[in-house]
Amino acid sequence: MPNPTDWDDLSQPLEGAAEASAAEGETSPAVGRDEWVARHGERRARRGGVLGTVEQRLQVVPWWAWLTLFVGIICLVPVGFESGYVRRVAFDTVVFMLLALGLNVVVGWGGLLDLGYVAFFGVGAYAYALLSSDQYDIHLPTLLVVPVVAIIGGIVGFLVGLPSRRLSGDYLAIVTLFFFQVFLTFTNNGDDVFGHSLTNGPNGILNLDQFEIFGWTLERATPDGLFNIVYLYVALVVFTLVYVALHLLNDSRTGRAWRSLREDPLAAELMGMPVNRLKLMAFAFGASVAALTGTFATALNGSVFPQNFEFPLLITVYTMVILGGAGSQAGVVLGAVLISVVLEMLRDAGGDVRALFYVVILLTLTAFFRASTKLAVVLGGTIVFGLLARFVAGEIDSSWTAGPVDDTGRIAAWASDWVIVPDHLAGWVAPVTYVGLIALALTLTLLQGWVRIAVLVPTLYLAAFVWENVMLPHPESARYIVLGAILVATMVARPQGLLGEKRVEIV
Amino acid sequence: MDTFIQLTLNGLTLGSVYALIALGYSLVYGILKLLNFAHGDVFMVGSFIGFGVLQLLGGSTDPVVPIWLLLVAITLAAMAGCAVLGVAIERFAYRPLRDAPRIAPLISALGVSFFLAYSMQLLFGAEQRDYDAFSMDDGALFFKGFDIGNVRVPLLRIIIIVAAFVLMALLWVLATRTRTGKAMQATSYDREAAAMMGIDIDRVIVFAFVLGSALAGAAGVLFALRAPTFPSIGFLAGLKGFTAAVIGGIGSIPGAMAGGLILGFAEAYTQGYISTKWSDLLVFVILILFMLFRPQGLLGKADIRKV
Repeated sequence: MPNPTDWDDLSQPLEGAAEASAAEGETSPAVGRDEWVARHGERRARRGGVLGTVEQRLQVVPWWAWLTLFVGIICLVPVGFESGYVRRVAFDTVVFMLLALGLNVVVGWGGLLDLGYVAFFGVGAYAYALLSSDQYDIHLPTLLVVPVVAIIGGIVGFLVGLPSRRLSGDYLAIVTLFFFQVFLTFTNNGDDVFGHSLTNGPNGILNLDQFEIFGWTLERATPDGLFNIVYLYVALVVFTLVYVALHLLNDSRTGRAWRSLREDPLAAELMGMPVNRLKLMAFAFGASVAALTGTFATALNGSVFPQNFEFPLLITVYTMVILGGAGSQAGVVLGAVLISVVLEMLRDAGGDVRALFYVVILLTLTAFFRASTKLAVVLGGTIVFGLLARFVAGEIDSSWTAGPVDDTGRIAAWASDWVIVPDHLAGWVAPVTYVGLIALALTLTLLQGWVRIAVLVPTLYLAAFVWENVMLPHPESARYIVLGAILVATMVARPQGLLGEKRVEIV
Repeated sequence: MDTFIQLTLNGLTLGSVYALIALGYSLVYGILKLLNFAHGDVFMVGSFIGFGVLQLLGGSTDPVVPIWLLLVAITLAAMAGCAVLGVAIERFAYRPLRDAPRIAPLISALGVSFFLAYSMQLLFGAEQRDYDAFSMDDGALFFKGFDIGNVRVPLLRIIIIVAAFVLMALLWVLATRTRTGKAMQATSYDREAAAMMGIDIDRVIVFAFVLGSALAGAAGVLFALRAPTFPSIGFLAGLKGFTAAVIGGIGSIPGAMAGGLILGFAEAYTQGYISTKWSDLLVFVILILFMLFRPQGLLGKADIRKV
């Protein structure tokens, strides 16, 4: 019989204990996850070699350094690009980044589904419009109106959040969605509230004041009619302030309490957390950020209409937050940049947008298969398959491959020799190929191994066909289809998003 | 008095369609505790399938089959198409997220809803599609019928109301008299306990989606017989159906029917006596009041949380 102390020797450290204490070292406390267990998988997944070292080094860089670098790069946009269009897109992207940061407070930290979020953006915009235009002849100074509007947004958010004291989860989503509808109905019909015009209805409020800070008027447009980059810098200043404030908030007592609320409201309540107050705070903070964003976005536009705040905008902001990673500030900002740029490219069908599809497909395949023989087989197979299909189609009827193709750029020129573009599309082709593509793509997720690769090749070719013939002629629908697909795919395949932390359930 | 009868008739027609949509919400919510935001868009797809089959059969002016067969065919086609669509949505968008936090399937549902609405817009354009029921059989659907006082009750309305109630009765029988229906009720009462009793939960969930989506498809056709349909109609239809489900008590089948009718009447009377402009707003106010003061609805049971 062995001596008990032999196998129960407590003087020796347990296996993995050193790792555990090292992992616990400097991390901030995160509620709802057991740090060591959560990081165990992470350590195992850590990459070796040069890439792994680089990855580890990058993780040590503090958040404010990343923020400085990022804001610095956007500051340089006007230096690199003379075009007013690019500068305006940069401005819109910053607006989206702010909206995503605000939504992240509610969805990512509070874990509440707020479907009325865009209405708060609208509330901010309308509040700014009413307080600095000829509508009621009120012209408050900019430095006063901006904080006032942010507070108004917070108060409205608080009031809308009030039902969440009694309702939880899905019902809350519905109440906020209805608030959104009420906001739209009200602004659209606001030209006749008991015979009095409050918001001018669909005609909107025009001729709003420009920002005026310390006596300087910030003109909307440069003398030659281009976008004035001053507004980009205003947006960046607001963005930086909000980012830092929210970061500190997240590290505070309240931030930790929110996370515990998100993970398990019932447990949080039992631990003595003021659950209702926390929910209302999350709502109010999110709404306040949205309203604040509404001020300078509206000041730049100079007018405000109910149509600016419709459902697609809500889905856009949600996609940014979900794709980037709900709960991670850097993640939602990255999501906002990606989505904003893609949507901008999809605004019209010309030029680079054709190649976008091929680039995305290549990146996705590479990320999925890494550098392996399978990747080579899929790519080679698809190219050969395409050339064959195009050849056969051309032999049968030359009009099938005679479609006009805009071949600007190297990828686009190459693709135009590969994909079938008929000069005239029969009415049944679009629905049949589109539905077929969706069916094939969904089937792919059920298949395994080489069968999957065999099905993948024609699927990719069909996708290219649908992209060129069905989606590109209607970019305005295609852009929103892309958003819907990203939302579902992210939730199913990678719920933590690009930069979010994976949730580890501990029972 | 005539106005009142006319409005009641409007409310009954509208309400029976809302009730069909609400049933789909209720069935799914009862079992999965999931708000299927995509349900309104399934309704929209149903109305488009009906439209497509109508065109295939020669259109409303010159159909190749008798008019009653035409109506039955488009309704059944829409129901079948939507059932397939519902099963696909469940399999690919909701099933992988069944054990995820509550918010995850909701976001996925939002994505599906958006995807469906804009896919239809991509393929068929944003413009309104009209079944043109007036041209069917030289307007017989509108001119035939009977009178209540001075108010004409056209055949089309009778068909819509009767069809909706027949479908609801069928659902009632399926849910209370068949084995799968009873399994469905058991699952909705307590999913884990039902699984332990040997009920195949996956099958029950698929069954609920088939029933709910088929009803939504039928509702889509019945709705589109009287009003034009377009890709973004699903959003508002979904909201109305959901409101009806909540008023009646979400998860309860008779509740959804009652809620649909109440909502239909409320909307019709508001439009008739107050204003068409603010009628949507009134619906929302009713919903918020219900949520605040009676979240379990008229016929639902209060949700007691056990830990």
